[in-house]
Amino acid sequence: MVWDWVPEYLPLLLNGLLITIELLVLSVVIGMVLAIPIGLVQALRTPLLGAMARGFCTFIRGTPLLVQIWLLYFGFGSLFPMIPGIRQSFMWPILREGYFYALVALTTSFAGYEGEIMRGALLAVPKGELEAGKAFGMSPWGVLRRIWLPRAFRLALPTLAGETALQLKATPLAATVTVLDLFGVSNKIRQDTYRVYEPLLLVLIVYVVLYFFIIWAFRWYEKRIPQKR
Amino acid sequence: MAQPGFPEILFFGDQGYGDEILRGAWMTVQISICAYAIGLLIGLAGAMGKLGGNRKLGRVLEFYTTFVRASPELILILLLYYAGTGLLNGVLASYGYTAVRVSGFAAAVAVLGFMQGAYATEVLRAAIQAIPVGQIDAARAFGMTPWLRFRRIVIPAMLPLAIPGMANLWLIVTKDSSLIAVVGYTELLLATRQAAGNTKLYLLFFSCAAFVYLMITLASNQVFKRVEAYYRRGMPRLG
Repeated sequence: MVWDWVPEYLPLLLNGLLITIELLVLSVVIGMVLAIPIGLVQALRTPLLGAMARGFCTFIRGTPLLVQIWLLYFGFGSLFPMIPGIRQSFMWPILREGYFYALVALTTSFAGYEGEIMRGALLAVPKGELEAGKAFGMSPWGVLRRIWLPRAFRLALPTLAGETALQLKATPLAATVTVLDLFGVSNKIRQDTYRVYEPLLLVLIVYVVLYFFIIWAFRWYEKRIPQKR
Repeated sequence: MAQPGFPEILFFGDQGYGDEILRGAWMTVQISICAYAIGLLIGLAGAMGKLGGNRKLGRVLEFYTTFVRASPELILILLLYYAGTGLLNGVLASYGYTAVRVSGFAAAVAVLGFMQGAYATEVLRAAIQAIPVGQIDAARAFGMTPWLRFRRIVIPAMLPLAIPGMANLWLIVTKDSSLIAVVGYTELLLATRQAAGNTKLYLLFFSCAAFVYLMITLASNQVFKRVEAYYRRGMPRLG
């Protein structure tokens, strides 16, 4: 094993690590925000929106993420340049980058998986608590904001840790659409130095460490929320 | 020669890409089935090893399941795909054999099976642990040999508990098999990517791939629903 390439590529690797963390945090936060309405319209059994949300979750969970990323990047990405004038618009620098498509795909994927969990969590909140809120004269919005969502979020929290850790393991797929995340950098090192195993092994270890950090961080956060057993 | 239009491009024959995609889908199913079978065998052995009580074996298995489950699938696949063939040839060379060319199919199945094994070990271990101890004790009291106990008591008592997890594993392996496309072995996703590259109809072909994967998932769900209903017969309803 030869590791003499490490100092030369260290800045690039650190930059890749930042991009990986950025992809993870943005997709988890935005995905979680999207997951709430996706879960809510299914829990409320609204006919049209509920069916759409269910279809979305089925599609996301039933197809590989790699297909979703390539569908967005190669599929939709090849359509955008045909729109007249788009090359001059302010959107073009964003629409040109693989990063944008990877982020969108990772976000919708997380929203699909987490939306399904939120649906279950929202349905698992005891009916009596919602009725108690109503009896206090809370508006439906007040019940949702002050009782339903916080309670459902607490129920979903343990699965959120696992989903976030899974999401970390999905981020390397962004490198297949030219993103120079941690894994993308290891590919570049492989092409430059013809070293196959060392860069892969190094980034693999970083991913594993990050994985356990996420699990640990969520466990720490969960303990801080008082809960009656 | 002019390129055929929308529906014709998906037809069979030398003009359309329908046969290429279907062959890719069949390859995906074959890879998945073989990897799943290997994964379950490793899982069963791993679960018994973990519960067997041998400290050293338990620690090795713990490292295996923890490490595989914490690693990104894509990187692990690449690493095992490259390193695995190199390692095999290294071992062969040290025993004086000539190097072999591992077929893409065998490598894909071995890599995915190795990864599935880690997940399956945990699923099956949990299911075996959930069997009431009294049932095992009763079998022991009847004088059943370990193998008979395993075959007649452990497996049937564990199956209803393990099947939801096993269904999940199957869905994971069908989706993870798409990562083999990155290594360059032609299964469903790479076949559609090649078709898309040739025709420049990226949106059409990747939608097509997504549709086929979705059909595989939905069909598998129906099958597993029946299997679960069969194995849960006589057990209390869930929920």
